[in-house]
Amino acid sequence: MTIIDKTADVPAPRGSNDESGPLLEVRDLHVEFHTRDGVAKAVNGVNYSVSAGETLAVLGESGSGKSVTAQAIMGILDMPPGHIPKGEILFRGQDMLKMSNEERRQIRGQKIAMIFQDALSSLNPVLSVGYQLGEMFRVHQGLSKKEAKAKSIALMDRVRIPAAKERVNDYPHQFSGGMRQRIMIAMALALEPDLIIADEPTTALDVTVQAQVMDLLAELQRDFNMGLILITHDLGVVADVADKIAVMYAGRIVETAPVHEIYKRPAHPYTKGLLESIPRLDQKGQELYAIKGLPPNLLHVPSGCAFNPRCTMAQDICRTEIPALRPVTEQDGTELVGRGSACHFWKETIHG
Amino acid sequence: MPETLKEATPDTPGAVAAPVATAAVGKPRSLWSDAWHDLRRSPLFVVSAILIIFLLVMAIAPGLFTGADPRYADLAHHYLQKPKWGNFFQEDWFGYDIQGRSIYARVVYGARASITVAVVVTVLVTILGTVVGMLAGYFGGWIDTILSRVTDIFFGVPFILGAMVVLTSFEERKIWVVILALAFLGWTSIARVARGSVLTIKQADYVMAAKALGASTTRILLRHILPNAIAPVIVVATIALGGYISAEATLSFLGIGLAEPTVSWGVDISSGQEQLRNAAFVLIIPSVMVSITVLAFIMLGDAVRNALDPKLR
Amino acid sequence: MAELDKKSVDATPNVAEVATVNAVTGTEAVAALDAPVSQGEPILQVRNLVKHFPLTQGILFKKQVGAVKAVDGISFDLYQGETLGIVGESGCGKSTVAKLLMTLERATAGEVFYKGQDITKLSGRALKAVRRNIQMVFQDPYTSLNPRMTVGDIIGETFEIHPEVAPKGDRRRKVQDLLDVVGLNPEYINRYPHQFSGGQRQRIGIARGLALNPEIIICDEPVSALDVSVQAQVINLMEKLQDEFNLSYLFIAHDLSIVRHISDRVGVMYLGKMAEIGTDTQIYDHPTHPYTQALLSAVPVPDPDAREGRERIILSGDVPSPANPPSGCRFRTRCWKAQDKCATEVPLLAIPERFKASDTPAAHESACHFAEEKDVVHAA
Repeated sequence: MTIIDKTADVPAPRGSNDESGPLLEVRDLHVEFHTRDGVAKAVNGVNYSVSAGETLAVLGESGSGKSVTAQAIMGILDMPPGHIPKGEILFRGQDMLKMSNEERRQIRGQKIAMIFQDALSSLNPVLSVGYQLGEMFRVHQGLSKKEAKAKSIALMDRVRIPAAKERVNDYPHQFSGGMRQRIMIAMALALEPDLIIADEPTTALDVTVQAQVMDLLAELQRDFNMGLILITHDLGVVADVADKIAVMYAGRIVETAPVHEIYKRPAHPYTKGLLESIPRLDQKGQELYAIKGLPPNLLHVPSGCAFNPRCTMAQDICRTEIPALRPVTEQDGTELVGRGSACHFWKETIHG
Repeated sequence: MPETLKEATPDTPGAVAAPVATAAVGKPRSLWSDAWHDLRRSPLFVVSAILIIFLLVMAIAPGLFTGADPRYADLAHHYLQKPKWGNFFQEDWFGYDIQGRSIYARVVYGARASITVAVVVTVLVTILGTVVGMLAGYFGGWIDTILSRVTDIFFGVPFILGAMVVLTSFEERKIWVVILALAFLGWTSIARVARGSVLTIKQADYVMAAKALGASTTRILLRHILPNAIAPVIVVATIALGGYISAEATLSFLGIGLAEPTVSWGVDISSGQEQLRNAAFVLIIPSVMVSITVLAFIMLGDAVRNALDPKLR
Repeated sequence: MAELDKKSVDATPNVAEVATVNAVTGTEAVAALDAPVSQGEPILQVRNLVKHFPLTQGILFKKQVGAVKAVDGISFDLYQGETLGIVGESGCGKSTVAKLLMTLERATAGEVFYKGQDITKLSGRALKAVRRNIQMVFQDPYTSLNPRMTVGDIIGETFEIHPEVAPKGDRRRKVQDLLDVVGLNPEYINRYPHQFSGGQRQRIGIARGLALNPEIIICDEPVSALDVSVQAQVINLMEKLQDEFNLSYLFIAHDLSIVRHISDRVGVMYLGKMAEIGTDTQIYDHPTHPYTQALLSAVPVPDPDAREGRERIILSGDVPSPANPPSGCRFRTRCWKAQDKCATEVPLLAIPERFKASDTPAAHESACHFAEEKDVVHAA
């Protein structure tokens, strides 16, 4: 596989940015949807970054804005009704929101690729998978039909689809759910992107297949030294593969942390509540802890901290002042690298 | 694998729609009130609705628009008299036909026949088509096979040719004969739409929930299937209504639809064709009325479709 | 909640009756099937239940060319007041089992006894009477409520279908009582389903299931479409209602953690057959079927430390098609223990010979020729 050796022909980044900086950086991103009932504020100032070889897990429930952020990065947001009033999305230091459509198209697929949840509807049912894979090479690299096919087979082998040679001319419906997701991964990998965004890549799969696909994704990411943004609602999936986690709630990041620490010592009441509300596999628990109330309505996000109506620790300040994402420290003031919490009472949450 | 696929719902596919869907505040809203909200803001709907209301009033109370008698002929004074375009709503506004009858009065009174035919045919066709489509779609199996094949047979008959065959077998061509002939041949497209719609709705969990409660078939059909399956039927019916107006005109023009002494646009178009060279207005004025009416109903159908189709939201 | 209270009164003589019957036949009843933790006679007995969906070709003259063996000989008991969890991956037939028990699908073969009466053979009035006692909560709260009906109509419809349950004048109040029971504001009675969030909709679905005071509620993935923070609320509500109304739950899900949390006993299904069944401790801490072990080991655990100590079994391949299942043991194509015997001989669901004499938790029913205990859930 020549795919691995690719850093060489990546054009030298223009401007002042350097290779050592983050691959992708999202700065103060806001996304709104103008609906008949008002303006739905889906993303309200998100900041995160991913470096090459790093896996960032974005964790959140429905309406948290995790997928909308990803769509904004990919430039596949429906606009209108979507609208980006504010923010920057820097890819290798350049703001993609200021680029022309043509420039963005160049990045999409070649530099940043996306894996969707539902592989069946993301693949064209009337074209064979070999053709769809080969199309990437024919269009973007100008390969001949024969070369493209050979590359497709190699790629299918790489994502461990058994009997790739025989199956290259099969159609998407002839593959099982797990195999289709592998094909999706192969398509994302085809042009050897620097960054992959995987939006709930295993949610539609069975537990036993889920494990296979997650393992494959993690392995490919290591081999290709790609950045990976993993969007999920499943705290379990995250624990397996991520390096760092960003927890989103109502369009904001409420907590960031290296993966191991968040499970041990959450610094935001929402994260804490989520962890406590999951039943354990290895022991029979008593009554589950349940976060009270409902997920926020994006048309009427509560004032102050969006989580305040559901929070057990909420005080008056939480209803009036939006807490910024601040660094989290040990009790003695030692900095905890990579940790942040957007809670007025993070000290009480983590230490109390 | 529906078990796992559905589990996906929490976020991704509907990410864009999600903020809209979670709106749990405000006054109660149903599909119809949502559609009404959209319709009022649609220029297409406003224009077509004004036109249709105007036409309906004309059909119901032609006396409001003209005092003239559409059947009163004054050959001596008005033989093919040219229209006086400035005389709005006057007897001589659109001129006179070959028998010296006021074309304006005939156009006003002709609305009733044309619109009656179209509306009654649409109602009959909608009822028949919905019943057939709903039974075929819901019960499936042999019932579906038989009903669908019957539908196909009727669908295969060319509409106008079929109507000609039916109508020529009647001695007297009263308005109800034309209505029955059109309805007899027209129900198939509605039946197909209704069947397809029912096939989707009957898979819905709420239909299964009603079955699990022990609901009778009648209840399931009337309370759960029909209200949810009817929207596309209404769209097709509204658009078809325009088609029946032109069908009536076509048949009358061919001399096998309505006939004198009935006043209808089709009858007037038919009699106007003979003077096409020397007095084209006799033909054109009723034709324009047919076109405007057909257009109004098609526009209304389009507007309703846009408002009811959740995919366009 | 006069009506709901009455139900527990109804149920009481029933329990007494069951108890006496059991005292007489005692030992025999236990020997017949596995001995579950629950006491008394089962409220629901499923015996060799089979559902094959025919695969046909041709339009006018249909010819059967095969069958999807969705459920292929399943037996289990459900006891009063207990929760039996059924887990399995997509295509294992667990949702078909739910539909068969609800008689939404007709069984190809086998019996389902509700209090001794085979409901698969019932129809008309008798079936309607049984349906009062067996209700269902659906997976998707977005499609299980009719969007054209108000909440009051959706729940109230149960009383229109079964008018004997509530007199006409009483119905509105009863609907409001039910909303209150499931933790919704009774004033929401005139709202439409789309005005509620997913969790609230599922509460409406539960209220509809409760309206007729059933004894059994079949829950088909009731929380899998909900957000994590809302799942716990709904699970807690279901547990509360079970205690309050002495309900029996058949809880079908693919999330093994949730099933362990709520279930007294658990059955593991694979390709239309039951692979293993036992109490939650027996299944989760002492699984003997390789499939159960693989399934449990694959569950992502939100605790990286616990994770690292665990053994992971990653199965190769996908679940075979139920239209053409493997011969012998259906799991053999993905099993690391498979031998020739597995291809020829269908393993029966029984307590494995080697554990029979002993008193270990491994002594529960498992359909494997080479059953052996293996803890995959706890860190080594």
